[in-house]
Amino acid sequence: MNMLKTLAIGIAALGLSAPAAMAEWQPRKPIDFVIMAGPGGGADRIARFIQSVAEKKNMMSRPLIPNNKGGGSGAESLIWLNTANDPDHTILVTLNSFFTTPIRQPDLGIDIQTFTPIAMMGVDPFALWVHTDSGIETFEQWLEAVKAADGEYITGGTGTGQEDSIVFAYLDNAFDLKTKYIPFDGGGAVAAALAGKQIMATVNNPSEARGFHESGDVRPILVFSDEQMDIYPGVPALKEKGHDFSYYNQRAIVGAPGMSDEAAAFYVNLFTEVFNTEEWQNYLKTEAMSALWMNPEEQRAYWNLQMQVHKELLAGK
Amino acid sequence: MEILSLLGDGMLVAIQPLNLLLILVGVTVGLFIGAMPGLGSVNGVAILLPVTFLVPPGSAIIFLAAIYYGAMYGGAISSITLGIPGASTAVATTFDGRPLALMGKARLALVAAAIGSFVGGTVSNILFTAFAPILAAVALSFGPPEIFALMLLAFATFVGLGGDDIAKTVFSICFGLVLATVGFDQISGAPRLLLFDLTGFLGGISFLVLAIGVYGIGEMLWTIESTRGEISKTDADISVKGVIEDMGETVRKGWKGTAIGSFLGFFVGVLPAAGATPASLMSYAVTKMVSKRPDEFGKGHVGGVTAPEAGNNSASTGSMLPMLTLGIPGSPTTAILLGGMVIWGLTPGPRLFVDQPDFVWGLIGSFYVSNFFALLVNLSFIPLFIWMLRMPFTVLAPVIFVLSVVGGYAAMQDMFDIWLILVFGFGAFFLRKFDYPLAPAVLAIVLGPIAEPTLRQSLLMSSGDPSIFFTRPISMPIMVVAIILILLPALKYLRPRRSSVAE
Repeated sequence: MNMLKTLAIGIAALGLSAPAAMAEWQPRKPIDFVIMAGPGGGADRIARFIQSVAEKKNMMSRPLIPNNKGGGSGAESLIWLNTANDPDHTILVTLNSFFTTPIRQPDLGIDIQTFTPIAMMGVDPFALWVHTDSGIETFEQWLEAVKAADGEYITGGTGTGQEDSIVFAYLDNAFDLKTKYIPFDGGGAVAAALAGKQIMATVNNPSEARGFHESGDVRPILVFSDEQMDIYPGVPALKEKGHDFSYYNQRAIVGAPGMSDEAAAFYVNLFTEVFNTEEWQNYLKTEAMSALWMNPEEQRAYWNLQMQVHKELLAGK
Repeated sequence: MEILSLLGDGMLVAIQPLNLLLILVGVTVGLFIGAMPGLGSVNGVAILLPVTFLVPPGSAIIFLAAIYYGAMYGGAISSITLGIPGASTAVATTFDGRPLALMGKARLALVAAAIGSFVGGTVSNILFTAFAPILAAVALSFGPPEIFALMLLAFATFVGLGGDDIAKTVFSICFGLVLATVGFDQISGAPRLLLFDLTGFLGGISFLVLAIGVYGIGEMLWTIESTRGEISKTDADISVKGVIEDMGETVRKGWKGTAIGSFLGFFVGVLPAAGATPASLMSYAVTKMVSKRPDEFGKGHVGGVTAPEAGNNSASTGSMLPMLTLGIPGSPTTAILLGGMVIWGLTPGPRLFVDQPDFVWGLIGSFYVSNFFALLVNLSFIPLFIWMLRMPFTVLAPVIFVLSVVGGYAAMQDMFDIWLILVFGFGAFFLRKFDYPLAPAVLAIVLGPIAEPTLRQSLLMSSGDPSIFFTRPISMPIMVVAIILILLPALKYLRPRRSSVAE
């Protein structure tokens, strides 16, 4: 490669030279790219993937700096955005705790409708995972094993009120099970805890469990999507078991409350561009996610709907 | 043997002209990024990530690895010369590095840090090459009870030390543990200990903020007070002969710390959720504990510099293992590397070593080369850093103050952190006046957030039965050793009493 050109692009990418001929709003400093979960989980991987795509395609004059703030089931990041002193440079990668945490902790004073909708990058399905050494191959065997353990069956997830705990709570209710739920710091840690047999079952996204699934340590026995998933042929969906329940994790980007319209428009454009890249479309495919593109108004409507759904789910627990 | 040939290939790739250039640039940039308080390798690697897309993926990894290594070396520099930890991983380096600098032995401390770092990096690379797949399995078998047992052992090494006042040490640990619980409860998600209802406490107390306050501002106040306005400056002579002499002294006095840091650091780094900061603190504590002269630590012992520096470099390589094989990044920097892997279409997991051997061993090969060049670059810059020290303290003190405040703000860009730094700075100064050891509090605030959730996870698993720690094959022996170490000072306390009664 031409060294001089490389260097020139490098300097531009480092943000030392101002972007030329761009009249619209542009970030003036590195963007605080807050992640609502710990490192290694599904949201974290997506954030880092997006960061890499934006950098690789040279879409940004300033870098996105990933910032994991998963404390208190994401409450830490919601407050961080709520009190951001520069809302134009603060954006958040969300999951469903964007809805559940404000419902569970009204004291935090978070009203998600004050946040700025930017992009819905897709929804991530869940599966129920067990260790292959457990010998459990079907959901029915799993039910028997849980009942036989008599309250000593240990499951793990990313925290009380988080997506996986909602799914486990639903299973406990629907099938009259008693399980012990241990919270870990992020979906990656949960997957590793199952592979290391610290816990007996997890509800993980495909991306989180993939490494250990490929190595043959863990296996999916049930999926919580509307239908069976192509990547796990033969694994039944909960809906086939006579329970009308499906559950997905949203992978959306939102801006801090009080973000200016110009900045919001910039981020909407940016993430639309990221969404349409071949890289992101491939990522959706390999991680078995579904695209669910929405414009900002549709996102607000979706937030209202999800708040309603989650209020019911959490109340039913 | 296939591994060795892959590793050889990796090293050969690393010394191609473009890659060698990237390594030199990366190590140098990393060195300065690491030396700047607040600007750790996280920001450095994140800001420089764009550059990596201009070169082939292989070179990109090498560049990131070089920055990573450079920053690990660099953290020690401001710890030693200014007393401000350049990065959280270098906090333990201030314990003895700064006193050495005040004694006019800054060069010795810098040389010791460089050599400790180099040996730690090399040993861990060799361990990684030889045992990676086995260690991945060991790391998986460490569940919450095992990790808690290990944390208890780490606290025990601090309590069980002779010399310091035990009661004050325990107080200091408890104080650190309380500070560590501020913020969100990791298990229930509820906010707690929001002192004076300040929302700034919601995010918890950042370790770096505490460290900059305690060591940057606290140390500055201490030096001002102890010199009482005398115009003092640190003598520092720069000569090649001196550097070589210092190397000899490092080997003589610092070999034990280097060895402990290299092996213990690697092991701690391999465990998910631990990382280089606990590794460096634990290496320091263990080295002090096994030393024949524990009382010399904290006053300028070469082993007190080599142990944490060997430990943090070794742990940096070690923490690559959970990142590559378990998908759990042990440090923020490895998390960025993880992001890089995702875009190159690599899935971290146990299969990575089998499916992508050229990536894995290429990366490790570049570690060997980066480590070597980091040593050379670091040694060649030592005269520059020493020259900085020749400034009289009346000039240095404001510089330290400005760097502390700017560094504390840079990390999170939150004014609240700056007020905390000032509070911690004055608090530390007074605690030190009353002879309270500060290192145990610092250790507690690093290990507390690991120890507390693992304790509660363990007890949740056993429905509240503490015997879970004594029935599992790995946690049991660790718990027993930890408890013995904690009780040791009590026994020591009883024994001389009995003999005095006998007289």
